Amino acid sequence: MAYYSTSEFRSGLKVMLDGDPCVMLENEFVKPGKGQAFNRVKLRNLKTGRVLEKTFKSGESIEAADVLEVEMQYLYNDGEQWHFMDPVTFEQLAADGKTIGDARLWLKENDTCTLTLWNGAPIAVTPPNFVELKVIETDPGVRGDTATGGTKPARLETGAVVKVPLFIEEGELIRCDTRTGEYLARVKA
Amino acid sequence: MPTPRDWQPGASFDALTARARLLAKLRAFFAARGVLEVETPLLSRAASTDVHIESLRVRDARGELGFLHTSPEFFMKRLLAAGSGPIYQVSKVFRGGEIGRWHNPEFTLLEWYRPGFSLAALMDEVEDLVRALAQDMPSRPGTSRRIGYREAFIEHIGIDPWTADIKTLIPCAMAHGLDVAEGEHFSQDDWLDLLFAGALAPRLPTDALTFIHGFPPSQAALAKRMMHDGVEVAARFELFWGGLELANGFDELQDANEQERRFAADNAERERRGLPAMPYDEHLLEALRAGLPASAGVAIGLDRLLARLLGAGRLDEVLAFGIHRV
Repeated sequence: MAYYSTSEFRSGLKVMLDGDPCVMLENEFVKPGKGQAFNRVKLRNLKTGRVLEKTFKSGESIEAADVLEVEMQYLYNDGEQWHFMDPVTFEQLAADGKTIGDARLWLKENDTCTLTLWNGAPIAVTPPNFVELKVIETDPGVRGDTATGGTKPARLETGAVVKVPLFIEEGELIRCDTRTGEYLARVKA
Repeated sequence: MPTPRDWQPGASFDALTARARLLAKLRAFFAARGVLEVETPLLSRAASTDVHIESLRVRDARGELGFLHTSPEFFMKRLLAAGSGPIYQVSKVFRGGEIGRWHNPEFTLLEWYRPGFSLAALMDEVEDLVRALAQDMPSRPGTSRRIGYREAFIEHIGIDPWTADIKTLIPCAMAHGLDVAEGEHFSQDDWLDLLFAGALAPRLPTDALTFIHGFPPSQAALAKRMMHDGVEVAARFELFWGGLELANGFDELQDANEQERRFAADNAERERRGLPAMPYDEHLLEALRAGLPASAGVAIGLDRLLARLLGAGRLDEVLAFGIHRV
């Protein structure tokens, strides 16, 4: 099993903490004038997404986490699992609803997602930052009103509901930012 | 991994100019006060025995040469014992493993010794120097305050470090957002150090100079111990500007036997922790036996002081080439 000592701590390091894989976000070395040195570390739990802070005595070690990120193509959902394929090896992986989380609202077949794998199994799915999706349900458009800045909810083909300008019609294609869940632009078909 | 831009200095030329001016001003300051500038070796057969300080070993083709010093203290005390009178030195010192926003394994230390000075008189001089160096700098310190270690803990953390046991310290650290990994390996001193560095120092007033004095006797290093409010404390002070520690001052231990006991105790503790025991300075013990004049001594991290005077957010901004560029 691989270990990292505090002197190897840096952002991006993947480590095990309390049984969960985490990624290091920040590492600060602190030392009182004549005393013990510490590393104060900010980490994100890769399973829950929660950010936490931990303090280590300098010189201690922490177990490395076997975590890697891979780009995979989203294939389909069979009702329980979401299936992905490596576009090079054609190897397939399935993620359950807990792992998919809110990403499910943005997944369109054939889009390329980032899967975080821990010991080979997916623990998180990140949709592409920008997606183009069809509006399947929204109130009728207000013609010519492109300037007042009013918005209305619109349901997209993948299930996400976003606020769109009043002129957007059902059946139109729009561009969204999946990180903020915001409408960006209308896409001319 | 080096990037193509790493050949360039980390400090701006304004910062390098300010560094040169700072050195000229501090030399003028000590010349006016009759303190002699000295130079002592960086390479020594003896090393620091302090369990929290790692000395860097030096070898040549024939084998071990010794260690790079972690402070010029031993050599300067030998000069004092030989009758030098007040002395100061600006030197590079080396400490293994200390890399961070405010740490570089090689840094510039200003260290000086004042025979006949009390700790209070030395704190006065430290403050005079900092204010003299701050003239015409972009950032100058505000008010200054002197407070005991115990009083600072009570005021900022709400516990009495002399009486609080581990059962009190652990929830106290948690309440200050200090969640610890492997906490079962922490001693009473570790918890106090953690609270001091992680909770107390960040609460010190941002622009002010704070002198904290009267540390736990376990953190005496090479300082005398004295009684304060009926409790034995280390006759030491630390200077903070905001939450950043700048200086460490001692009422210097003169007793050779006590010094030797502390070296031996440090080495015993090193062995208990699986660290190498360090060859301690027999010459220093001989010098103490010959007689070290009662002296107060202090060391200031000049890179940190310069960073503060320039309003820099990290040491790298005032080092021509920090550890990631060497």
